[in-house]
Amino acid sequence: MINHEIPKADKVNIRDMIDQNQRGQSIRRRIERLIPSFLAIIASLSVLTTVGIIWTLLSETVEFFKRVPFLDFFTGTVLKPLSQNPEFGVLPLLMGTVTSSLIAMAVAAPIGLMAAIYLSEYAPATVRKVVKPVLELLAGVPTIVYGFFAFTFVTPLLREFIPSLQATNILSPGLVMGVMIIPMIASLSEDAMSSVPNSMREGASGLGATKLEVTRKVVIPAALSGIIASFVLGISRAIGETMIVTIASGSTKNFTFDLTQSMQTMTAYIVEVTGGDAASGSTVYYSLYAVAMTLFVFTLVMNLIARAVSKKFREEY
Amino acid sequence: MKQLNEKQHIRRTKRRLFLNRFSKSIFMLSAFFGLFFLAVLLVKVVTEGIGSVNFNFLTGKLSTQPERAGIMGAILGTFWLMLVVAPVTMFVGVGTAIYLEMYAKKGRLVSFIQTNISNLAGVPSIVYGILGLTIFVRVLDLGNIVLAGGLTMSLLILPIVIVASQEAIRSIPFFLSEASYGLGATKWQTIQRVILPAALPGILTGAILSLSRAIGETAPLVVIGIPALLIPFPGSIMDRFTVLPMQIYYWTLDASLVAEYANLAAATIIVLLVALFILNSTAIIIRNKFQRVF
Repeated sequence: MINHEIPKADKVNIRDMIDQNQRGQSIRRRIERLIPSFLAIIASLSVLTTVGIIWTLLSETVEFFKRVPFLDFFTGTVLKPLSQNPEFGVLPLLMGTVTSSLIAMAVAAPIGLMAAIYLSEYAPATVRKVVKPVLELLAGVPTIVYGFFAFTFVTPLLREFIPSLQATNILSPGLVMGVMIIPMIASLSEDAMSSVPNSMREGASGLGATKLEVTRKVVIPAALSGIIASFVLGISRAIGETMIVTIASGSTKNFTFDLTQSMQTMTAYIVEVTGGDAASGSTVYYSLYAVAMTLFVFTLVMNLIARAVSKKFREEY
Repeated sequence: MKQLNEKQHIRRTKRRLFLNRFSKSIFMLSAFFGLFFLAVLLVKVVTEGIGSVNFNFLTGKLSTQPERAGIMGAILGTFWLMLVVAPVTMFVGVGTAIYLEMYAKKGRLVSFIQTNISNLAGVPSIVYGILGLTIFVRVLDLGNIVLAGGLTMSLLILPIVIVASQEAIRSIPFFLSEASYGLGATKWQTIQRVILPAALPGILTGAILSLSRAIGETAPLVVIGIPALLIPFPGSIMDRFTVLPMQIYYWTLDASLVAEYANLAAATIIVLLVALFILNSTAIIIRNKFQRVF
């Protein structure tokens, strides 16, 4: 710290004061020089995280593919990691992941988009002020709570209508996952639609179009890139979702199209293997990383597509 | 030129207007569907769980008998976990945001870091769990203690904190920092005494919201391997621990064998949701009360 105290009037020495000030400044200057590099080190942590993820996944995945041929993994329809003659086909897991994500999107895409249309085109400001925070609340509910709800409420409810439904099945977590994704799609699509300039709506209305026609033929085409991006992000979210499917879809490694059956997703497999204390160094242990790598690549590609879509096809006004 | 067929025209207009009204109500139903679902979920959880929420449940230890089980251990575990996550994410998150907004020259490096951060935000939480399991639990050999879980969780929510802090810093108008520079303050002095205090409400709001994400997150901790066993209350960040979502997870799984566990899970969900509600309300209050609009 600099000493601002002024010496007694009879022996004011300007030289001393200047010296003192300069000493303070040199410390300050040193801090000033050090801070940027210190902050740069902190900022590089996020890059390190990415490097860490890729390095961990890659190194162990390479080890896995030394034991299990690449093609067997990606074309195998049987996954029996713990049997006498273990088989490591990832297709049952992919099936589970894709099926649950498709069910989720079948719920989330139409409802989310229509909710977004309502909020952006129809709702009065007061309604919007209430509905948007509630949707945010829905997005803030922990996924484990959704899992509990799917397992103890939605599945028993669905079984009233579909008697053949198993206690753990892919349908119920898929539906609940869809509800979980609605807020995300609604809010992203609404952002895209709100950014369509009003002059375009007014132009169409002036030509005699009804509100629905304005929405369908002007607003949605103009906001399409943002809407598609929100769908893709929704899929990515569904692929990475873990707890709902782990709880409500069980751990049967089924390769089937039957939605009433238990199917395991990639994420649920990771939970099962890590929970089962697979011995470090066993093939099962390495399969964990191969599956995680597949999952990582899937979601990464989805996110990149979403970014590319919203960047490339955005219409500028 | 063909004349307009009046009848046909009227019919078509009527149809268009009907479609318009009809679709409006469908859009409205979709928007309120979320509200409806949330209500059903809350009713289900509360009716199933409220009977189990009592003093003994809140302050008791885990037990093998459902009627004697308590969740104090999980509450304390969540608390200790936050004690690791909050400082780490604030420090690293705000530091990164300051670097990106104030120091780094806009260019390839910044856009690379920025892209990297938004990609990290899209990585599934379970992948962070695997990272934590490999790096913190195995390589650094910490074991499944609070510190390992906390660091994993910190990495998970870091992108959110960084982005929120960046937005908060960016929203500080130039004239504030220019006034500070004009008075002879250095860059760091300006950041320390002008920008950070002004951006603090925004930063805190983002940080609290991301903390509430961390409190509810389960997947990374499942992967790290939080035991379902009865463990003593955690007393430091080096102890083994369990958290509320983990307890919900185990009890939900147990519910298929013993029905009472469903009540315990629901009761724990009530506690978790109340905690989240308090956190989020705090964030909203901070945002509304302290955020100045320039």
